[in-house]
Amino acid sequence: MTATASWHHRLAERGVDRRLWLLLPATIFVLLLFVYPFLYGLSLSFQPLNGGGLLANYEKFFGDAYQRDTIVTTLKIALPAALLNVLAAVPIAFRMRGRFRGKRLLTTLLVVPITLGTVLTAQGLLNYLGPTGWFNRVLLSLHLIEDPVRLTNNYWGVFFSLVITGFPFAFLLVLSYLSGIDPTLERAAATLGASRAQRFRRITLPLLAPGLATTFLLTFVLAFSVFPSAVLVGNPAGSTRVISLAAYQAAYEQYDYAYASAIAMIMGAVELVVVVIVLLWRSRLYTGSTGGKG
Amino acid sequence: MSNRSIRATPTAWFIWAAVVFFFVNLAGVVGSVLVSSFGQKWFDTWVPSGFTTQWYGDAWREFGLLQVISVTLLASGLVVALSVLVGAPAAYVLARQNFPGKRLVYLTFLLPILMPPITYGIPLATVLYKFGFAGHLSGVVLANLVPSVPFVILTMTPFIEQVDPRIESAARMLGANTRAVFLKILAPLLVPGLLASAILVLVRTVGMFELTFLTAGPDSQTLVVALYYSMSAAGIRAQQSVDAMAVMYTAMMLVLLVVALRFVNPTQLVARVKEEPPE
Amino acid sequence: MRQFDRLRLEGVGRRFGAADALIGLDLSIERGEFIALLGPSGCGKSTALNCLAGLLPLTAGAIWQDDRRIDTLPPERRGFGMVFQNYALFPHLTVRDNIAFGLRMRRLPKDEVRRRTAAAIEMVRLDEHASKLPGQLSGGQQQRVAIARATVLEPSLVLMDEPLSNLDAKLRLEMRTEIRRLHQSLGLTTVYVTHDQEEALSMADRLVVMRAGRVQQIGTPEEVHTKPSTWHVADFMGYRNLLTLKADSVTGSQVTVPLAGTTLTGTAQGVVAAGDEVVAAVRPEDLKLGGEGLKGLVEVVEYQGREHAVEVVLDDGTRVHVRTEQRVDPGAQVALGVSPGRLLVYPS
Ligand SMILES: Nc1ncnc2c1ncn2[C@@H]1O[C@H](COP(=O)(O)OP(=O)(O)OP(=O)(O)O)[C@@H](O)[C@H]1O
Ligand SMILES: [Mg+2]
Repeated sequence: MTATASWHHRLAERGVDRRLWLLLPATIFVLLLFVYPFLYGLSLSFQPLNGGGLLANYEKFFGDAYQRDTIVTTLKIALPAALLNVLAAVPIAFRMRGRFRGKRLLTTLLVVPITLGTVLTAQGLLNYLGPTGWFNRVLLSLHLIEDPVRLTNNYWGVFFSLVITGFPFAFLLVLSYLSGIDPTLERAAATLGASRAQRFRRITLPLLAPGLATTFLLTFVLAFSVFPSAVLVGNPAGSTRVISLAAYQAAYEQYDYAYASAIAMIMGAVELVVVVIVLLWRSRLYTGSTGGKG
Repeated sequence: MSNRSIRATPTAWFIWAAVVFFFVNLAGVVGSVLVSSFGQKWFDTWVPSGFTTQWYGDAWREFGLLQVISVTLLASGLVVALSVLVGAPAAYVLARQNFPGKRLVYLTFLLPILMPPITYGIPLATVLYKFGFAGHLSGVVLANLVPSVPFVILTMTPFIEQVDPRIESAARMLGANTRAVFLKILAPLLVPGLLASAILVLVRTVGMFELTFLTAGPDSQTLVVALYYSMSAAGIRAQQSVDAMAVMYTAMMLVLLVVALRFVNPTQLVARVKEEPPE
Repeated sequence: MRQFDRLRLEGVGRRFGAADALIGLDLSIERGEFIALLGPSGCGKSTALNCLAGLLPLTAGAIWQDDRRIDTLPPERRGFGMVFQNYALFPHLTVRDNIAFGLRMRRLPKDEVRRRTAAAIEMVRLDEHASKLPGQLSGGQQQRVAIARATVLEPSLVLMDEPLSNLDAKLRLEMRTEIRRLHQSLGLTTVYVTHDQEEALSMADRLVVMRAGRVQQIGTPEEVHTKPSTWHVADFMGYRNLLTLKADSVTGSQVTVPLAGTTLTGTAQGVVAAGDEVVAAVRPEDLKLGGEGLKGLVEVVEYQGREHAVEVVLDDGTRVHVRTEQRVDPGAQVALGVSPGRLLVYPS
């Protein structure tokens, strides 16, 4: 009796009770469908299909310039796109915080491209930005250009597709962070003699910065895994041969799952490096309450 | 407050111009697909030379869209149901209780959303092939559960936190066991949260390309994957019937979106931003 | 509901991580008693109540109901009723369904549920509001629903956690009487948590005064009011003047302490020796204007209905609080005396 009771006492002290069973289904799920495949992929990547050492798949990837360059290609697309999306979102969100008529309509319109996703955007961009598409037609008829500019099947096609889906995403996030900052803080600063620019620089920006870091991260993750648009509106054999495409080709064109897993792991690692750098920077910022209603 | 946005400073003009520019191009992107899908022929002109609805019939037949759409709805429905069943109880515990290792559990649950789908999708698809799930509806459903369950957890948590734990305590003091607390008290109070997370998962699953693409077989393609295949095989089919299919996909997403926005606000469709309080 | 004769708490403790919220609570509750748990905010009253209810698992000790050990039972199997500070009414159920909830959980026949619910609604005078949702009721009405909901089951023990703290002053007084009346007419056993000493004194048969997770004193209202066991309890029970002094001499239980050029005699509470540092406690109403000995200057006067609360600065700079019916003005020179036997001297 006392033994069981003191056992109870110890569990109670650590907050362990019967309710924890409710975690079981989700835990099994995450172990079976996420952790196990991940570890399986990791171990598979060390078992090269065609023999060789443990690291043969990784050596193969980094030894082959065509493959290795996909990392740089991906970063060259994803980093500027994510940065542009966040930087453009800040002033626009700043102007549109607070209430005004049509705000809901505006945010709703912005969700449209996110929900449509990259595949549809790619199809639209091919039509719209193509050599005979409306965009070039307008520029031609305004005599801004002599010949149609080439905006699809190259770097720019992919970049635009990432802006079209990524910018609304970044904007909505920044807007929700901004509305979590108590506006009276800025008013307080104003009564203390801070100009509009100073208020933004000294009050709003520091409070917003952690949110911006998070937004950048999420936007970057989206852009980093760019796949359909890289194939459809990009130049998948050259300037937009991104790393996810390399992984896909290894798995579904060469049927080398071990190699594909290795590429997926490399992809995860590269992404992780960027994430960690941003998180380290973010951890140096003030991340407490921003005084608003969150 | 309100006159700030009306007052026409140069920056304001610039910002509004940028917004308008964005929307004009967005309309162009979506509109060109729409116009093209109704056009008879469209070469090097502003608008097609004539209008027709024939492409819709063509697309419907050629791409077997009946089958594709029913697979899409079935797979998404299953994903929604399963992810809510698995995710909601976990969200409950994570919202209510502190226990050793909670941070680790939380992180593991959220990792799938923080990672690009291709990264874990390829090992996952490999495992699903190994066990014979991939290539079928079951594989598509299982793969799509991976980001959906965490998403349900993330969306449900704030809803659960809003329910005063003392209401549950009160029910227990009145003799309700765990089951009764869930069915009689929590379920009715969490209807908004359940609806929100279900509809969000639905929208995301219908639109999810990567995971479905990696795990679907010929009979288990969803609409967005079928669209991708028909696009990458461009030239074989008439461009306009691909556009017609794209329009059908758009229409489906917009309907879902309109439904979704009755229950959630636009920001929630993107991500649930909740900073964990520093401990 | 299964009634008991005595409920015993033995060394009940609750720890949150490294912090002890409740330490070694020993208490025995007789059937029919009205017990008040009293103490300042954060002292562990709610923790104690929740441990008793089963809503918080214990981290030490045991609870016995007669000779059955109940601290490992889940709350729904203990058969206690509880009224929460914010009422915790089910927002999606009507008043009637809220009150019937517990009866339904016990799977009682439909007409019995209906009959008992109706009787409970009548008892708390909510007949007109029976079909409303809690959100449509005033605070006092919600409070009565919460009480009816907990008592309709005729629980063997009713636990109340600051049930009146969200009400305005007038309603609070009315509800006090109402709760006490229900306690008597239904023959309930009640444990009542409050931080309001006046409320505790007026309602309870016995008080349990707590501080920092530990019980300081258990006793009848009179005992606690007139003979607080420590100066902390005294402080909490309205002994607003707590003066840290040095004991001059001790004879039996009589202690003399020097203050502002004179000496006062008080009753020792606990072991005090000459030369010890002590805390002398006296209520504002036990200091009389116009007495012998202490002299000082009136600094602040607050009008409080029939009385004035006066702050006096003694000759040595000590500030004391006095309650008096007499009118005095700030700046007046006054003399003060202590009612005989009303100065309590505690070891510090
Ligand atoms: N879930 C918890 N986790 C950690 N500490 C807690 C928890 N609940 C209570 N505590 C701590 O235990 C102590 C006692 O809390 P308790 O709620 O019992 O106080 P109380 O006497 O009811 O105060 P009040 O009059 O303010 O309601 C407090 O210091 C509190 O911070
Ligand atoms: Mg309390």
